[in-house]
Amino acid sequence: MKKHLLSLLFLIFFGILVYSIMEMPTMQNQEAPSYNEVTEYYIKNAVNDTGSVNFISAILADYRGFDTLGETIVLFTSVIAVASVLRTVKKKEGEDY
Amino acid sequence: MDDRIVKSITRLVIPFIQLYGIFIILHGHITPGGGFSGGTLIGTSLILYTLVFGLLPSKKKFSHRMSQIAESGGIVIYVGIGLIGLFLSGQFLTNLDAGFPIGEPGELFSAGMIPLLMITIGIKVASTMVSLFHLLIEGDLDADHPGIR
Repeated sequence: MKKHLLSLLFLIFFGILVYSIMEMPTMQNQEAPSYNEVTEYYIKNAVNDTGSVNFISAILADYRGFDTLGETIVLFTSVIAVASVLRTVKKKEGEDY
Repeated sequence: MDDRIVKSITRLVIPFIQLYGIFIILHGHITPGGGFSGGTLIGTSLILYTLVFGLLPSKKKFSHRMSQIAESGGIVIYVGIGLIGLFLSGQFLTNLDAGFPIGEPGELFSAGMIPLLMITIGIKVASTMVSLFHLLIEGDLDADHPGIR
């Protein structure tokens, strides 16, 4: 009995999820909420603001430069973490740590 | 790896891979690409060198000391470029307001600080890839299996 109830609940939630997917905007739909005024601003003003013809680079290194700094710090931290675990250190005589 | 064909082909191919990586890094503000993808190309060329010629010759070319300098140097130069903006215009990582020349959009020398930032990211990503690979391989060398010599 409990099993059937759980299956029924699962089916109901699955139906809700599928229905919400049907409501989502399709690809190349200009009315999609992700195409807002920010995209428009970048397309219109990126060249004048930064001088970079490649918008992606303009966003990556100029508008969101601080975010890219964080990304490089993540890479730095990952290398330090791996090195601290895996790097072989020559142990000197009589030294223990 | 003791294979004459692989060794000669690798010797031929590595300069072109690295040249292409440098091209992608320097043209990051004009064409698709940039510091991350170009740095990955340079890093993979060095990984190819390690796979073919072994870890010890590769360590002579790109040692841990050098990777330390490249890793921290990349970030330090990045923050330094940001600090130039902080001192000249009052905001961190400012591009044109801090007096970086805009140049002619579409030319190689344009877009202010973006190419400089791309170069630092490229150095950083390349050295990260190589040093991660070397660190993972070194563990193998100590075990019973000799791994890639």
